[in-house]
Amino acid sequence: MSVLVDKNSKVVVQGFTGTEGTFHATQMIEYGTNVVGGVTPGKGGQTHLGKPVFNTVADAVKIAGANVSLIFVPPPFAADAIMEAAEAGIKVIVCITEGIPVKDMVNVKEYLKSKDCRLIGPNCPGIITPGEAKVGIMPGFIHQPGCIGIVSRSGTLAYEAVDQITKVGLGQTTGIGIGGDPIIGTSVKEAIELFNNDPETKGIVMIGEIGGGQEAEAAYWIKENCKKPVVCFIAGATAPKGRTMGHAGAIIGGAEDTAEAKKTILRACGIHVVDSPADLGTKMLEVINL
Amino acid sequence: MNLHEFQGKSILAKFGVPVPNGRVADTPDAAVEAAQAVRELTGTEIWAVKAQIHAGGRGKGGGVKIAKSIAEVKEYANNILGMMLITPQTSKTGKKVRRVLIEENIYHKGEFELQELYFSVLLNRQTSKVIMMYSPKGGMNIEEVAAETPELIFKEEIDPKVGLQQFQCRKIAFNYGLTGGAIKEMTSFVTKIYKAYIESDATLFEINPLVKTSDNKIIAADAKVVVDNSALFRHPEIAEMRDFEEEDPIEVEASSFGLNYVKLDGNVGCMVNGAGLAMATMDIIKLSGGEPANFLDVGGTANAKRVEEAFRIILRDVNVKAILVNIFGGIVRCDRVAQGVVDAYKNIGEINVPIIVRLQGTNAIEAKKIIDESGLKVHSAIQLEDAAKIVKEVMA
Repeated sequence: MSVLVDKNSKVVVQGFTGTEGTFHATQMIEYGTNVVGGVTPGKGGQTHLGKPVFNTVADAVKIAGANVSLIFVPPPFAADAIMEAAEAGIKVIVCITEGIPVKDMVNVKEYLKSKDCRLIGPNCPGIITPGEAKVGIMPGFIHQPGCIGIVSRSGTLAYEAVDQITKVGLGQTTGIGIGGDPIIGTSVKEAIELFNNDPETKGIVMIGEIGGGQEAEAAYWIKENCKKPVVCFIAGATAPKGRTMGHAGAIIGGAEDTAEAKKTILRACGIHVVDSPADLGTKMLEVINL
Repeated sequence: MNLHEFQGKSILAKFGVPVPNGRVADTPDAAVEAAQAVRELTGTEIWAVKAQIHAGGRGKGGGVKIAKSIAEVKEYANNILGMMLITPQTSKTGKKVRRVLIEENIYHKGEFELQELYFSVLLNRQTSKVIMMYSPKGGMNIEEVAAETPELIFKEEIDPKVGLQQFQCRKIAFNYGLTGGAIKEMTSFVTKIYKAYIESDATLFEINPLVKTSDNKIIAADAKVVVDNSALFRHPEIAEMRDFEEEDPIEVEASSFGLNYVKLDGNVGCMVNGAGLAMATMDIIKLSGGEPANFLDVGGTANAKRVEEAFRIILRDVNVKAILVNIFGGIVRCDRVAQGVVDAYKNIGEINVPIIVRLQGTNAIEAKKIIDESGLKVHSAIQLEDAAKIVKEVMA
């Protein structure tokens, strides 16, 4: 078992024929992901990387049976691409694009409420179920099938966590990079709910950072509902107030946004918080019940 | 992107939001001309002289003065222009004032009582909707109001499907306790400022104080405006307002190389790929007994050229006593980054601080070999834990 994507996922790549789309679609196909085609408006009917190109996501759904979409469309057009995928009936939409205007995402978020789908991202590395499907830009080889669910607001820091979890021999059910923007499709709490409902997932690694109230929201939910051990690191204990640290969402506005405030809440909710990101793997090994 | 008060007000004015009549000036003589122009337009005999820097709390640092004559305008402009203005939001050395805004006085006595209100528009990250936060207690620090009298902070969220509704504007006017003609003035103000916020892709409007004048007009006496960087492509006229002089010159230069650099006050520099890992690396430096000297994200394509530029920028900070390079190679190949480090080291010449290079991920073992065999005084590590230990040893 796994969450969101598996070997049965039929993936369509939006922005398929562009540089990034081509590079990462190639990597995904090599990993064994079932990429059923791509969408580039105006290039429908062509073949790219041995897969069909469609004009619309609706065509990719109708003709190739796509049920997962991965978006590499540039920022000015990305919101439109997300809504197109949702309207076409795609169930899992993963948006890699960084730099989508906040106003566009306010509208996307509202639009998606009436659709039966889940958005991951934007500004995220994507989702991977090791050995089955890589729907994103993460390095596949550091992953290993196993029993730990990983949810992260950050990309390379998620790779760090994955690598440690692989090295201690636990492996991952699925890794979800939820993204570093102020408005994202799936929150930390929602990702943890998915892992809580997955019988194969025995433990959860949660990678948070300064800014926003997502980690606290997840912590209160975990305290009431989640019986699986959760190990967490919050990046940015040394970040100054009022400066954006790379991610648009990583900024300390008020007192509740700091790493220290978040850690205090998480610890009070029974989450195993590590102060050093080097300790994620060993801490999980220590607290997990197999 | 942060804007100056005069720039923010020019955006507000474009959408019909009432702001005081004013002119910006960069010399005392220009300030006098500005004051005369404002007098001709409004008949005012009192002017506000306001320092224009990217920081709040300017009044507390002596950056805002009320002039009662043209001579005083000149005197205050002369004092303020060129000063290093220190406010609770600047560094200890303050920020250099290059411009002053000369405005008409709107604080005159009249039929009704003058009131200072607080009004802001921003994103509610919890709900992903635009929210208006407002309080009848204006002119003071809103965080203090929230702490002391939370019942005087009101919120109005906007449904993105239908936008701001008139009943919401009326509710705001009544919660402010307004009566008579001021109610209509307020609903008009809220309608216009919401339109300005949406159409200019702002992420923050903060009007403090928002003044209800003695003749029941609603005027934005101050304006803090932040515009979404990601949306500047739709607003070339706002993008042009960027004031590079308000930014750290090294950070501006770093961004021209695709590096996201933020200078901090510590002694251990760092170079990392990815924002989250960069913050985590800063945290590790602190746990290892050092203090991070910077945040530096080299981005997804950490090639040799970028690595070299990153070293040059970090080394410009004389407080840097060691540098930790932490790259998790996914798409990026570690051996290429390692070669970049070696080349940079040779090109830059004498680097007198210890360098700890931690390369993990694609081709990490080959990368460590390149570093170890280079003959350079560079410590290499693969595991994060080992890198942390080396930092500790070096700093001891």
